[in-house]
Amino acid sequence: MEWEVVIGLETHAQLKTKTKIFSGGSTAYGAEPNTQACEVSTALPGVLPVLNKEAVECAIKFGLAIGAELPKLSVFSRKNYFYPDLPKGYQISQFELPVVGKGEVTIQVPETKNQPAYEKVIGITRAHLEEDAGKSVHGAVEGMSGIDLNRAGTPLLEIVTEPDMRSAAEAVAYAKKLHELVQWIDICDGNMQEGSFRCDVNVSVRPKGTTELGTRREIKNLNSFKFMQQAIAYETQWQIETLEDGGTIEQATILFNPDTGETKAMRSKEGANDYRYFPDPDLLPLEVTEADKARVQADMPELPLAMKARFESEYALSAYDALAITSSRAVAGYFVDTINAGGDPKLAANWVMGGITAKLNTEDKSIADSPIDAATLAQLVKRISDGTISNNAGKQVFEAMWTGGLDVDAIIEEKGLKQVSDTSAIEALVNEVLAANQAMVEEYKAGKQKAFNALVGQTMKASKGKANPGQVNQVLKKKLDA
Amino acid sequence: MINQSLKQLSQMLASKEVSSVEMTQTFLDRIKQYNSDINAYITLDEDKSLAQAKAADGILAAGTATPLTGIPIAQKDIFCAKDWRTTCGSKMLETFIAPYDANVITQFNHAGAVNLGKTNMDEFAMGSSNETSYFGCVNNPWDLTRVPGGSSGGSAAAVAARLCAAATGTDTGGSIRQPASLCGFTGLKPTYGLVSRYGMIAFASSLDQAGPMAKSAEDCALMMNVMAGFDERDSTSLNHPKEDYTSKLNQPLTGLKVGLPKEYFAEGLDTDVAKVIDNAIAEYKKLGAEFVDISLPNAGLSIPVYYVLAPAEASTNLSRYDGVRYGHRAAEYDDLMDMYMKSRAEGFGDEVKRRILIGTYVLSAGYYDAYYLKAQKIRHLIADDFKAAYKKCDIIMGPTVPSTAFKTGEKTDDPVAMYLQDIYTIATNLAGLPGMSIPAGFSKSSDGKDLPVGLQIIGNYFDEARMLNVGHAYQQVTDWHTAMPEGFA
Repeated sequence: MEWEVVIGLETHAQLKTKTKIFSGGSTAYGAEPNTQACEVSTALPGVLPVLNKEAVECAIKFGLAIGAELPKLSVFSRKNYFYPDLPKGYQISQFELPVVGKGEVTIQVPETKNQPAYEKVIGITRAHLEEDAGKSVHGAVEGMSGIDLNRAGTPLLEIVTEPDMRSAAEAVAYAKKLHELVQWIDICDGNMQEGSFRCDVNVSVRPKGTTELGTRREIKNLNSFKFMQQAIAYETQWQIETLEDGGTIEQATILFNPDTGETKAMRSKEGANDYRYFPDPDLLPLEVTEADKARVQADMPELPLAMKARFESEYALSAYDALAITSSRAVAGYFVDTINAGGDPKLAANWVMGGITAKLNTEDKSIADSPIDAATLAQLVKRISDGTISNNAGKQVFEAMWTGGLDVDAIIEEKGLKQVSDTSAIEALVNEVLAANQAMVEEYKAGKQKAFNALVGQTMKASKGKANPGQVNQVLKKKLDA
Repeated sequence: MINQSLKQLSQMLASKEVSSVEMTQTFLDRIKQYNSDINAYITLDEDKSLAQAKAADGILAAGTATPLTGIPIAQKDIFCAKDWRTTCGSKMLETFIAPYDANVITQFNHAGAVNLGKTNMDEFAMGSSNETSYFGCVNNPWDLTRVPGGSSGGSAAAVAARLCAAATGTDTGGSIRQPASLCGFTGLKPTYGLVSRYGMIAFASSLDQAGPMAKSAEDCALMMNVMAGFDERDSTSLNHPKEDYTSKLNQPLTGLKVGLPKEYFAEGLDTDVAKVIDNAIAEYKKLGAEFVDISLPNAGLSIPVYYVLAPAEASTNLSRYDGVRYGHRAAEYDDLMDMYMKSRAEGFGDEVKRRILIGTYVLSAGYYDAYYLKAQKIRHLIADDFKAAYKKCDIIMGPTVPSTAFKTGEKTDDPVAMYLQDIYTIATNLAGLPGMSIPAGFSKSSDGKDLPVGLQIIGNYFDEARMLNVGHAYQQVTDWHTAMPEGFA
């Protein structure tokens, strides 16, 4: 039987607010345990939550960015359960009425051996605001468990998809797209190591062609795309094998072990918790007005898809290049800076993608760490487009710039890479080459185009690569056809 | 001095007739003398109180005093007060020293008032007799064998026995007004949201409201001037403009339309209490008030609705008392679950446990719609009843409590009988309306004791100034509010 995997994601994006979602406590990462646990974070008797408006603006921004419904009213509810790192004994979350309703995210799934690249629209069911819990720290003191409440009350936006993904590749493409989007609109720092962006993946399988969903298992807390890929692949295979062996899948929460590459059930959902959700009487319903939306919209950066379309029409970039350039806001910004500093758009795109980001990828760095800034890259691009150096010579200059030299003209000078564009000098070279290669000239005249290319090559060689190839072409043609 | 109004005490301080330290010491001495009879205070800290009094004397000397500067106020032990033990009447918080001030405490501190001590109360404000307190029951100063009412029983007894100049209370279903009625003084539960709940230990968040407990309407007005006000730390705090609650005290009552809800005079109301209320009505007629009959058809549902909603909220409000960060933790336990269970089993009393169980039940999957949602719907109907009533009248009057103070222990085994104590007061909490109880006379008990009876005055939203005016007018022509229990002179 052929199987189909069905995947949905729940992503917790930690919002980039300075203070916690219901108090003035700091959200900075990495402080000494409990130094950011204010009276609200520790749930002292009598304290009350006050909603952080910045967190709400982040949620609205996200909603607008995915074209989602933003209901006029949403409600904060208490999700009740006991856990030592949950100080109030309940988490303030949103249940029936979330701040962000239905929306969608368009993903690009990269090509594989068997399949070309394609786009797909993933439905977003909802996104809601909630507070993070603290952390239990085991082993810091022998035989004891510690509680660190620094993180308690950190704002999260939980983004839930429809079960729209049909492969690990689609799930990873979605997660990457979402990861980029939340950073693009500047609501989340996207730091997966620090847990600022974590994904729970719901996986089920069903016979291909059927429409009923299989029983899902939820892989919790994946904090890298690589692990996500591995976990889904393993889990999918496990479910298929289990079913083919006549077994059944039971709903469960599972964890992925990166060391073994396997998934394992953490707890069965059979005795599922009753969270006794009810509207939090300490908080009024959250109202999002048209004015709120307009204010946030005014602050919204141009979104990736709009920017891609603009780059295609304004700068005549290919769809492929435009997509690559708009894969991150930082890269797009670098590209725009390069153009603004006078670089030719098409060439700039080539150098940003083929030069800068390729190099950064191999060194596993982000564009913020690029040793060549946009203005300097623009200088290089200008020297290529004004004919001072050839594109090939540009590569040598680029390498030199990467390792420290930032004065483009000085490098060209030093390496003697200046292109010869002086017509009389080129004519002299061509004359020499024609004189020395009479046989080729004859072949050309007999109609062999290949001979022309060979003559161009000879001339370039004679100029030690410095002759302007366009001019060499022109001069050769003129002389041969004369 | 002890029977003087806040205004008179303030004048005594201003004229240097007495210092705040002397005044505070007078009350502290009285507490030393009488507290063992009534158990009104859980925590006293003479040094802290006197230090505040001394600071107040400095403010008085500097001429920057406000009306309550230097006045010793008893604080219900539900308000967190920095460096004061704050127990909420529970073993769970027996050793909890609050590291911050509740907004109410901050307001009194800003006014220069003296915190005289923390008063006894039903555990987590759950009770109508102060018998659920971990720190022992409070005795009614009018008859020490009877309850003072609850949950603000300690504040009530302290005001009645003149062991403070005035006190604070909180009222979730009647916890200011019912003890005010049973102990014979004036208590006001303001419009929900008028006084910040920040730092006031939560029982049922959507119903809890702090208010003054004092000898007279005028005293309550001065207290309200300190307590009321918007606080951004409480999301349910209302951004209502600051008012001077004394400004309308002396307005004539001519033409005041008073509604009498027939449901508040039906079966269940003690005939002696009814007589006292009738006399008060007659007095008001003399003052120029007109009376109309009104109906609150859903008022009878108040108690069942309340005993779904309040426990629901309480059951999760009290989840934070888990023994992990502060409060009682069992001495020995096997694992985390065992620690939770033992700590909470030991830390909470029976009534608190009962309400946590009820609340957990009504919020459970499968029961939520039938209980919690339905109760919320009826809550709206009850509020609508009042809305309709206020088209016919300016203010509503009736008894505060169906009867006078009962004997300690009389109702402890019958929670439903206990819950009926609040039958006339709960509806206002559900509607968020302000309610007040003023002393209106006495009823003789079977054993020959004079027991106070309270008249309830229910106003429309934000109508506290008018309610205080209505109370004050009555207190200008009657002297029930100046009566003092024997034995506390």
